[in-house]
Amino acid sequence: MSGLLDRFTTLLGKGAAKGAASSIELKAMIGSGGFSGGVHPKQMKITAGSPIVQSPLPPRLILPLKQHIGQICTPIVEVGERVLRGQKIAKSQGYVSAPVHAPTSGTVLAIEEHAVPHPSGMGRLCIIIEPDGKDEADESLPPITDYRAEDPGVIRERIRLSGIVGLGGAVFPTFIKMLRDHRHPVEMVILNGIECEPYLTCDHRLMLEHSAAIVRGLDIIMHAVEAQRGVIAIEDNKPDAIAAMQQALADIAFEHIEVRVLPTLYPQGSEKQLIQSVTGRQVPAGKLPLHIGVLCQNVGTTRAIHDAVCLGQPLTQRVVTVSGDAVPSPANISVRIGTPIPFVLAQCGLEDLSGVRLIHGGPMMGERLSRLNVPLVKSTNGLLAMRQEALYSENAVEEPCIRCGHCVTVCPVGLVPNELAWHCRNDQFDRGQEYDLFDCIECGCCSYVCPSHIPLVHYFRYAKGQVAKIEKERSFAELSKARSEARDNRLAHEQAERAARRSKVRKQQAGDAAGEEVSGAETSGDGKEDKA
Amino acid sequence: MNILFAVLLLGGLALLAGIVLAIASRVFHIEGDPMMERIDAVLPQTQCGQCGYPGCKPYATAVASGEVDVNKCVPGGERAMLAIADLMGVPPKEVEEEAAPPMLAYIREDECIGCTLCIKACPVDAIIGAPKQYHTVVESHCTGCTLCVEPCPVDCIDMLGKPEVLEEWTWSAPGKSRLVIEDSAEGETHVRAA
Repeated sequence: MSGLLDRFTTLLGKGAAKGAASSIELKAMIGSGGFSGGVHPKQMKITAGSPIVQSPLPPRLILPLKQHIGQICTPIVEVGERVLRGQKIAKSQGYVSAPVHAPTSGTVLAIEEHAVPHPSGMGRLCIIIEPDGKDEADESLPPITDYRAEDPGVIRERIRLSGIVGLGGAVFPTFIKMLRDHRHPVEMVILNGIECEPYLTCDHRLMLEHSAAIVRGLDIIMHAVEAQRGVIAIEDNKPDAIAAMQQALADIAFEHIEVRVLPTLYPQGSEKQLIQSVTGRQVPAGKLPLHIGVLCQNVGTTRAIHDAVCLGQPLTQRVVTVSGDAVPSPANISVRIGTPIPFVLAQCGLEDLSGVRLIHGGPMMGERLSRLNVPLVKSTNGLLAMRQEALYSENAVEEPCIRCGHCVTVCPVGLVPNELAWHCRNDQFDRGQEYDLFDCIECGCCSYVCPSHIPLVHYFRYAKGQVAKIEKERSFAELSKARSEARDNRLAHEQAERAARRSKVRKQQAGDAAGEEVSGAETSGDGKEDKA
Repeated sequence: MNILFAVLLLGGLALLAGIVLAIASRVFHIEGDPMMERIDAVLPQTQCGQCGYPGCKPYATAVASGEVDVNKCVPGGERAMLAIADLMGVPPKEVEEEAAPPMLAYIREDECIGCTLCIKACPVDAIIGAPKQYHTVVESHCTGCTLCVEPCPVDCIDMLGKPEVLEEWTWSAPGKSRLVIEDSAEGETHVRAA
């Protein structure tokens, strides 16, 4: 991915920070928020003024059985079965999971492996649906109009059943974040309207066009976790969204919710960084926001919660920003989950995909897709199509670290990326972990400012993967060892038993022989019975 | 007189130290060979015998006693070799054989005659079955050691590459796999390494 970042940084204006003027411009780039570090990439929010449009039904919908963090789902429909919009077609396997729903009415064509948006380009089991165009809805989930009168547990169960996951891109099942823990009561719910990634504007448009639903959604969350305070956090580069949310709050007369304007700074939309900006408190490493009494939810998620609770609609579509220099008419589109990405791009006038680089997500944290024929999933908040020529730094070669320290200055977590990358490059993962490898949020600030084009985040992703792999191999080795030892013990035991049996038989034979002698002696009238 | 005093004092101290050491050796006595166990812990536990010993533990024992080099574990590769060399305090030595990519054993079940020979050969009890019944390999337990292939009288065991799954995919090191993506107009995708 960082190779991708290298390419993008030039596009986003890092080119200007090169050379003699670099330190001055860099200082201007480094902002001062609640957290240390951060950068100011060029905004490129070209779709900020485009209203959300509805995408038509595609000829085919491809629904991966895992679009969330956690366990994969199992299909509960069969090939050839007719399904309705909002009908559950795959159920959760295990606790950390979110079910999948049919985005429209139609027939299940196949349940087979299909490519999914993933940097590996590998496939995963998907349910493929052919829409019938009637778009009939399954109305098994009744709307809950007076949610304040419902038990918070019912609301959470509704959110779980509706397959809602964090739509900011992390796709963690939402109901788990909303569990009540009496040791850690939630004091404040923060609505994440930051959208700090360049290009992306879907949350911005949602706040403008669906402000009432979002405010209600926030109220539902606050009721479900019994929180008293709600904060809507928006960066100052979206004044219209700030006004819209304030207006919505005034209209509904919610006094327990306030709008908080924050200075624009990347990566303020990252959960822990946002909490620090809003509350001034840090979430400790390895802990959850819940441990300091805060819950964060994204704008899109909050709207999905509103629709699930107040309208009884499971998560079957989301808003996505389609942008990039290869797209003739960039737009914010409301798309059914499972729509093939080439179909979505075609809606924006991009039909010929040759020479186009496709990025899933934003330019800072997104991943370059190695395959184009993949469906849009719950985590797709942006689709960027870039012409290869625009990414001229594709030829950028990694140069030696000059120890300028810019990566250290911009790291929002306070890591030392240059040292960390050094250990990761040399496969010294233990040392890497000493440098808090797993606290890295992969925001890409370090790769963005690096004048030597070092793909720092890519090194960290590599190291994290290797650590996980080693750990897995170690636990498998332990299992194998236990099995092998158990087998050795069993064989030894069997052998001992056999030996015991053999000696017993031998003894018996010896005994029998002796007995015969004795009986022989008896018949001869000797009367010696001690031996027996 | 002074000399006698010094001799007595030092002798007494030596005796005291001896008693303390004797007690300590009893109290803190460790069963087994700690070095062997530590070496065994870094071995991959495939029990494949490629090192020339009948399993990981015998190899660990041999290494700990210094009778064999630290570079004989093929599936462990460089990582295991470095860890063992580090534990033993000896210079690292290159692993001569390259480890094969991870494999799994598969039994062509329709050809299996149910002789149980492979079951007896499997060092980690990863094959299940009964006499005159089909046998099968429990994939999640198979270490890919190939010890079951040789004993099979009908050659119905295949060693196949472990299938790559999305869940186990990890990022490769930067610069090692830059992919070039070529898309034809029909939406087909060709990926090749640059």
